[in-house]
Amino acid sequence: MLYIPVVKPRTKFLAGGILVLGSAGYLMASSIQDTAVYYLTPGELSAKTAADPTFFETGVKVGGRVVPGSIKRETGGRQVSFVMTDGATNYNVVYRGITPDTFTDAVDVVVEGRLGRDGTFRATTLLAKCASRYENAPDKYKSTPGYRAATPGA
Amino acid sequence: MILVGELSLWVALLMAIWAATVSFAGGALKRRALVASGERAIHATLGMVILASAGLWTALFTHDFSIKYVASFSSANLPRIYTFTAFWAGQSGSMLFWCLILATYASLAVYFNRSRNRALMPYVSGTLAVVTIFFLATMCLGANPFERLDFIPPDGRGMNPQLQNPGMAIHPPTLYLGYVGTTVPFAFAIAALLTRRLDAEWLAAVRRWTLFSWFFNTIGILLGMWWAYVELGWGGYWAWDPVENASLLPWLVNTAFLHSIMVQEKRGMLRKWNVTLVVSTFLLSIFGTFITRSGIISSVHSFAQSPVGNWFAGFLVVAIALTAWLVTTRLKDLESKANLESMLSREAAFLYNNLLLVGIAFSVLWGTLFPIITEAVRGEKITVGPPFFNTVNIPLGLLLLLLAGIGPLIAWRRASVANLQRQFAGPLIGALTAGFVVVLFGMRDITAIIAYTFAGLVTMTIVQEFYKGIAARRSMYSEAVLPAFTRLIARNRRRYGGYIVHMGIVVIFAAFAGLAFKKDYDITLRAGDSKEIVDPYGRTWKFVSQGVSRYDVLNRQVTAVALDVSRDGQSEGVLTSEKRQHVDSRGAPTFEPSTEVGIRESFREDVYVVLAGVGADDAAELRVTFNPLVRWVWIGGALMAVGGLIVMWPQARRRRVESGYAAEMPSMNSPVRETELVEA
Repeated sequence: MLYIPVVKPRTKFLAGGILVLGSAGYLMASSIQDTAVYYLTPGELSAKTAADPTFFETGVKVGGRVVPGSIKRETGGRQVSFVMTDGATNYNVVYRGITPDTFTDAVDVVVEGRLGRDGTFRATTLLAKCASRYENAPDKYKSTPGYRAATPGA
Repeated sequence: MILVGELSLWVALLMAIWAATVSFAGGALKRRALVASGERAIHATLGMVILASAGLWTALFTHDFSIKYVASFSSANLPRIYTFTAFWAGQSGSMLFWCLILATYASLAVYFNRSRNRALMPYVSGTLAVVTIFFLATMCLGANPFERLDFIPPDGRGMNPQLQNPGMAIHPPTLYLGYVGTTVPFAFAIAALLTRRLDAEWLAAVRRWTLFSWFFNTIGILLGMWWAYVELGWGGYWAWDPVENASLLPWLVNTAFLHSIMVQEKRGMLRKWNVTLVVSTFLLSIFGTFITRSGIISSVHSFAQSPVGNWFAGFLVVAIALTAWLVTTRLKDLESKANLESMLSREAAFLYNNLLLVGIAFSVLWGTLFPIITEAVRGEKITVGPPFFNTVNIPLGLLLLLLAGIGPLIAWRRASVANLQRQFAGPLIGALTAGFVVVLFGMRDITAIIAYTFAGLVTMTIVQEFYKGIAARRSMYSEAVLPAFTRLIARNRRRYGGYIVHMGIVVIFAAFAGLAFKKDYDITLRAGDSKEIVDPYGRTWKFVSQGVSRYDVLNRQVTAVALDVSRDGQSEGVLTSEKRQHVDSRGAPTFEPSTEVGIRESFREDVYVVLAGVGADDAAELRVTFNPLVRWVWIGGALMAVGGLIVMWPQARRRRVESGYAAEMPSMNSPVRETELVEA
């Protein structure tokens, strides 16, 4: 059979495909470098900063629970401060911006920002993850103030 | 009725187990009686699931708060419509809802194919039954919607006010119709793999089902975006949250399939690829459900952490392993019947389209799973945010848009230079005009300029296609423009419906690009105060506060601020934004306060006002956002829906015969576009 030495369309397509996927892969790798942040608990963050002080003033994401009664709002609600805990380690968090509707006592929050050397976490984003938002866990359900008020004696 | 419902859940489980057993056995032993019994069991399962659902609805409407689900998601003062939708407001109820849809689909699939695809059907019913078994078993053993409390609360906990929104009433059902709809094509794919009947038969059987699920998935995603935009008050509609990504993943892969199926139909290529796409779409739907239900990835809108997650994880692992085994053992039967002949061909355009769609899906999946992957590999959770998704997906998305402009213009198999010159002149002019116009109007954002240029290209491509089709009809049948237009679409629903979907995509891309110019302002206004701010178009808006008011409505306490709005001195009416505290029937507060955003919509931009809080002296703290072109997202979505409907609409039989497995037919050697025209 006569062999014609031309580049087959299939090969061309594969080359193009590798080019497209390669650049996509490169974009993924480089933007992961730029935008990836550690997602830590308060305890892990304190261990990190103790081991390596450069973790102060470095952008991180921290997930914890709001200590009930610790939320202090500046007049209006543009700035809010609260204490976040994982049960063992606590951090003061200051956040400037509009808080989500779900942000109340004892909810789980995820904050993104930097921990200052003074021990205060300055958050640039605040997400409140409320487990009871769509689904009420039974225990939580019973300890909700609105629930008790609605069911005297229960 | 409630007890009946609870029992029928168990009966349904037994029925489904019977259906799966006898269907597979009947298929393997070629016993008609067994297959028929399996099909009857599929219908019976649906009957039982309907009874169970009726039971749950009865419990909700009779306010039987001894049922935990009813007590958790409804209350005596909940409006009727939301009492109805409370059915799928929580974990176990939404599982039952999923099951209801699945059982309905299974029953319909069996019914529609009662005299078609008989060799495949035993395995189709069997697979559908197995998936149904999974959901029923998870409910019966893990998350039973009929679980009772050991006490009877006088009132329920009520529904989260954020879910009390018309968008939220229809968003879950549509999304489920889309998600669950992927099960039927999956079942056909499995049946085809099991029987090694991997020709056009199964593909023809699943096409309408895939379209159907694609259609509802699209609408579901758009409704979710709309709901997030008007209800959540953060000023946007897409945040690359894991749950949002979960709904996008099956959509992307399904979209890829809807394109690549055409390549297999016309050319007999991509057979392995198509099976893989169909199977992946289903697996990604299950994965999406798994993400929303397991709490494995921290998301702002997930259900509570629950053991149901383990069930899903197990099912997913088994399903992936089984399908991977099936596909790899049948690779030989899936050999292509043709090869790519030229890079300048419709096939090549479709291949790149698939590559991009799957590439986008992969990057979204990777970004979503990144915390899990890093935790597994390095023991530390590392997350990526919206910038990751944007940097990767904006270029890929733009390339995809470009392809939507190029693909329809290139002939199948091999395009000639003459073909290219004839086809591309108009669209190129369109692209350059669009790019030039936006730059002339002062746009300097390079990404946005590219987006509008490509949008111009695709628009002209579509216009040209319609123009040519209409012109051909006019000369052939001497029809007037309008009848020619409607008949053109009616006689070629797949093609022209597809173009309308493309047009919707163009509009949506244009709207996305507009968001690059959004502007935020934080302002504080006491009664009588005013503030002037400038929007992205350079127009000056003035906001004058009428002050803060507080009042009670039936089930909520409202704090509202009203603003007199004017633009460049002209009154634009009053805009109000509220904070609502919902209360139960005794006046006790329930849930967190919720925000009611004040939105003034127009074609150019939305003015979006959120009341953040009220300070001393009743000073309203407000965030005002100018969101350019948001309305066009919904308009583009509507276009996509219309196009999708046109494509799905049942076609006259005559057409279906001709569009069959045309690859081997000699008549198809001429470019398909011409044959389609003649036939029209």
